[in-house]
Amino acid sequence: MNPARRRLTPYLLLLAGVAWLLVFFVAPMVYQASTSVQTGSLDKGFRVTWHFATYWDALREYWPHFVRSLLYAGIATAACLAIGYPLAYMIAFRAGRWRNVVMVLVVAPFFTSFLIRTLAWETILADQGPVVRFLDAVHVLDVTSWLHVTQGHRVLATPLAVVCGLTYNFLPFMILPLYTSLERVDARLHEAAGDLYATALTTFRTVTFPLSLPGVVAGTLLTFIPASGDYINAELLGSTNQKMIGNVIQAQFLRVLDYPTAAALSFILMAAILAIVTVYIRRSGTEELV
Amino acid sequence: MEQYGRFPPLSPAQAAALRRSAANGRAALGRRTLLRAAGLGLAGAAGLTACGIPAAGRTADGTSSTDHSAEEKTVDFSNWTEYIDVSDDGKHRPTLEAFTKATGITVKYTEDINDNVEFFGKIKPQLSAGQDTGRDLMVLTDWLCARMIRLGWVQKLDPSHLPHAFANLEQRFRSPDWDPGRAYTYPWQGIATCIAYNKKATKGRAVTSVSQLLDDPALKGRVAMLSEMRDTIGMTLLDMGHTPETVTDDTFDAALARVQKAVDSQQIRKFTGNDYTDGLSKGDIAACLAWAGDLVQLRVDDPDIGYAFPDAGFLFSTDNLLVPAGARHKTNAERLIDYYYQPQVAAQLSAYIAYVCPVAGVKPYLAKIDPELAGNPLILPDAAMDAKSHTFRSLTEAEDSAYEEKFSKLIGA
Repeated sequence: MNPARRRLTPYLLLLAGVAWLLVFFVAPMVYQASTSVQTGSLDKGFRVTWHFATYWDALREYWPHFVRSLLYAGIATAACLAIGYPLAYMIAFRAGRWRNVVMVLVVAPFFTSFLIRTLAWETILADQGPVVRFLDAVHVLDVTSWLHVTQGHRVLATPLAVVCGLTYNFLPFMILPLYTSLERVDARLHEAAGDLYATALTTFRTVTFPLSLPGVVAGTLLTFIPASGDYINAELLGSTNQKMIGNVIQAQFLRVLDYPTAAALSFILMAAILAIVTVYIRRSGTEELV
Repeated sequence: MEQYGRFPPLSPAQAAALRRSAANGRAALGRRTLLRAAGLGLAGAAGLTACGIPAAGRTADGTSSTDHSAEEKTVDFSNWTEYIDVSDDGKHRPTLEAFTKATGITVKYTEDINDNVEFFGKIKPQLSAGQDTGRDLMVLTDWLCARMIRLGWVQKLDPSHLPHAFANLEQRFRSPDWDPGRAYTYPWQGIATCIAYNKKATKGRAVTSVSQLLDDPALKGRVAMLSEMRDTIGMTLLDMGHTPETVTDDTFDAALARVQKAVDSQQIRKFTGNDYTDGLSKGDIAACLAWAGDLVQLRVDDPDIGYAFPDAGFLFSTDNLLVPAGARHKTNAERLIDYYYQPQVAAQLSAYIAYVCPVAGVKPYLAKIDPELAGNPLILPDAAMDAKSHTFRSLTEAEDSAYEEKFSKLIGA
């Protein structure tokens, strides 16, 4: 192969990917960035006036929604980790020949649409349904009401329902990367730790968990980022007082038709998530992701 | 987690290397890099300015598009849920099928409208770009029809294709101020907004006023109101002794504040479009604002559902058929409109959906289907119903967007 062609090869290979990014990432971003500094109205049209105040106004008006979104997404991510880690550990080290079956079970919910799965929870958690009645009878709802995560004798239209919906919907995104990194841990390391008189707990603390950290970081990011921008769960399982920033952006785009505010909110959300993720990756020091 | 994950501390040699790299290496912020960044910045700014959202266009008589009705025997019809007759097994739509049989035009019927504002947000980009929305006929509430006509996004109907509609349109619907003489739209149904409740969830009690919805502690957290601004605010205005015909900024704000109080005290569970029917039959919603025709249909399956028209009055509006700009099959759409203005077809539709029928002369046909229907004030309003009915005044463009924005904040965005 002549050197000129060899030099070109990597660029040719990049072509499809770069074109994809230009059309579906860069172009919409530029368009939205432009929209966020426009002013105008539906009838008169919107024109770029470099009106950066939109950002400040949007933030001042909707900061509670930002805080709520990040809080709900944070709690849901922690819950996913608490549920997902033991499960991924079990699949990686203890499932034996059932490993593939359990993996399919983890992924199975993806065979139906996100919307249908969330709507199903609306039915399961219905006020008059057996689940809620049971929780009420064993006084679980009294405790959660006292904690202000539910109200009265219901679960739907409360913060608890929204956080549970987020946890349920994003759990596989946590389990899959956790499983991948746990599966790569050499089982002989456990034997070696045992030979050196480490207890099971010490082995986990000093060998298994550190080796699974890339999975933890990837899992938490894959859960936290989409969860903080989600609006389906808050829309279907929450009430007016649980609206997240995704609901606001959707309403600004489709109801109020205030495109600049909607675009500005999207950029603020993106910046907030980027900032959080950067700090998080720095602190957890997982080089593979940066 | 951190004690395992941190980078190991740098040795002095490594640290020195890092500093060198930052000063002179690739990471260095030299003059050239800065110039390049400034250039990129300028190019970016120019790019941003070039974008912009054009004014929602206004063409004199509604953009007419090429009509493919002759070659393509089909019509795309977008409607609200539970707004057409369905056979007992739920698989057929008798009036639509009869239309296809009579004319050879197949109807692609889609129930994709749940909320006027949201639907408008969805089709607006295509309409303002002058593109086909993929729909030939849609059913929108009067205030949104007014906005669409104002923006020039509705095609003028050809009266020669609408002989039945012209002859049989009920007098009261003939000349709304936003479409005098019905040049652009024909009513699909009239809608009475009322209060609905599930007796199982209210323990047998009736809910008969908006005050009760907003204040009754027994209903706390189980009340829904409509995401349709005119319905929710209109009904609240009536309850407060104001009339929606004469709404002013002050009375609007007062009504808004009253509903806001109920949102803050968590009396109100959510604001819904047509989807309140689901929560109401499950009992998650004990009482709500609702559209009367839906309730007649719901009560067939569930006798526990009740409804009431408040003594303070109720809001009356119309849903109208219109052909949007860019539609491919205008003539087919007009034939469908005209078809539903034959009294026997209108009677068949009304007997099933039980909304206020806009077609004159349906009474004998209704009586033939079921004598009770002919006397049902929900389909053919009587004098007592008429006396209590109110309409929301047409808003100016500025009022429209100001009220809509305030209302959107109220309902959680």
